[in-house]
Amino acid sequence: MPDPTPRVIPFQPPRPADPPALRIEGLCLSRSGAALLNGVEMTLSPGGVTALLGPNGAGKSLLLRVIAGLIAPDAGRVIVPRAMQGRIGLVLQRPVLLRRSVAANLRHALALARVPRRHRAPRVGELLALGNLEALADRPARRLSGGEQQRLAIIRALAANPLLLMLDEPTAHLDPQATHAIEALVARVTEGGTKVILVTHDTGQVQRLADEVAFLHQGRCHEIAGKSAFLTHPESAAARAYLTGKLLL
Amino acid sequence: MPTLSDSFLTALGLIVSGDADLIEIVALSLRVSLTAVLLAALIGLPLGAVLAVVRFPGRGLLIVVVNALMGLPPVVVGLVVYLTFSASGPLGVLEFLYTPAAMIVAQTVLVTPIIAALARSTLADLLGEYDETLRVLGANRFDVVATLLWDGRFSLATALLAGLGRALAEVGAVMLVGGNIDHVTRVMTTAIALETSRGALPLALGLGIVLLLITLVLNAVVLGVRNRMEAHAHA
Ligand SMILES: Nc1ncnc2c1ncn2[C@@H]1O[C@H](COP(=O)(O)OP(=O)(O)OP(=O)(O)O)[C@@H](O)[C@H]1O
Ligand SMILES: [Mg+2]
Repeated sequence: MPDPTPRVIPFQPPRPADPPALRIEGLCLSRSGAALLNGVEMTLSPGGVTALLGPNGAGKSLLLRVIAGLIAPDAGRVIVPRAMQGRIGLVLQRPVLLRRSVAANLRHALALARVPRRHRAPRVGELLALGNLEALADRPARRLSGGEQQRLAIIRALAANPLLLMLDEPTAHLDPQATHAIEALVARVTEGGTKVILVTHDTGQVQRLADEVAFLHQGRCHEIAGKSAFLTHPESAAARAYLTGKLLL
Repeated sequence: MPTLSDSFLTALGLIVSGDADLIEIVALSLRVSLTAVLLAALIGLPLGAVLAVVRFPGRGLLIVVVNALMGLPPVVVGLVVYLTFSASGPLGVLEFLYTPAAMIVAQTVLVTPIIAALARSTLADLLGEYDETLRVLGANRFDVVATLLWDGRFSLATALLAGLGRALAEVGAVMLVGGNIDHVTRVMTTAIALETSRGALPLALGLGIVLLLITLVLNAVVLGVRNRMEAHAHA
């Protein structure tokens, strides 16, 4: 709400205000001489699903790791809205489940998120219902099928109610039904107000789920645009080439 | 001169009848080695965890040293502990020499590197797998170590059993620091060495059979632990 009474505000040097959305500025990361992230610039829309597209090796997974704070960039920064800080969930491209039961994986995530003990059991029940995994609660997590493991990894990332959820190719290798289950889960999560960043190679999935698309190529964000604008009239040459399967690596 | 089969039968007789000397020797062996493994675990597990998780200068060197100490010959350990506890040694005032206490110390020194090195490699592998996942979930370093110890518990248990096997089977260290004194510091391995050299084969054979049985049981337990790991999808 803007303040209705006009006031004279003395000059202040611009200070980084709390941004409404995630901003990434000049992010660079090299390993053994190779520039893996090469000045990534982007401002994401505050809500909904941002699909992160780009060819293999573009730096998508690395970008998610930097945003999650797992890797410190060599230069540049990730500006996270204050409310989002400490409330970021990430499901890795190859999720790692603990050597415990399905329910114990969720309990452990809640414990790490410092959820008080008495709240954990009911929350585990909610999460299992959300992931449609109630029947598998006591099974060893690492014995689940690929799709079940993905669902568990997602609800585990949701345990602490993140305001930003990043999913790295959550439906690669999944059959249409499992893909549908995960897409439905993502839709529910965004309805709850959580921002989602989704890495995918599936333009159908972009069509179904995304609100905006960011296109990453050779460690640089070439374009960020609304979904339909991106899919119908990509502005960057690289994105055009990528969408028509003609991108030269 | 009794034949080998006579000696063997007498040995079995000693075991079956629960010969007092034999039981005393076996009991002391187990007491010394189990205590040593307990102490070695109290030092070796945290040491292994620190080497696996914490980065500090000299860490690589320390890992190399601990791994090398795994293969330490027991007599060398015995010699060092002997010198430490000898009347003119730094800890001579404790008067540990030729008591079970000195034997426990020697076996602790022998087993600690084994437990530390095995724990380190188990926990380092597990950390490589779990690190990012746990950090994203908000784990601090203490949480990470606790998670690794719990999820690595079966492998860590087999490391302790390997240490126990080594402690029970070694002769050199307990011989040097314990002196193989009858009813005081005589354990299975030193008794076997002495009785064999004296030609008293039945007791030597009897103890040998017991030691073999204990080793078999230890290995069966290790196998059982592995099967439980499988059942818990721990592989
Ligand atoms: N730790 C590392 N050391 C050196 N190079 C790395 C490291 N991690 C990633 N890379 C390289 O960085 C580049 C980007 O990797 P990244 O995993 O982010 O790709 P991606 O866009 O997720 O690709 P994909 O679609 O195949 O998952 C790749 O060329 C990869 O080989
Ligand atoms: Mg990737």
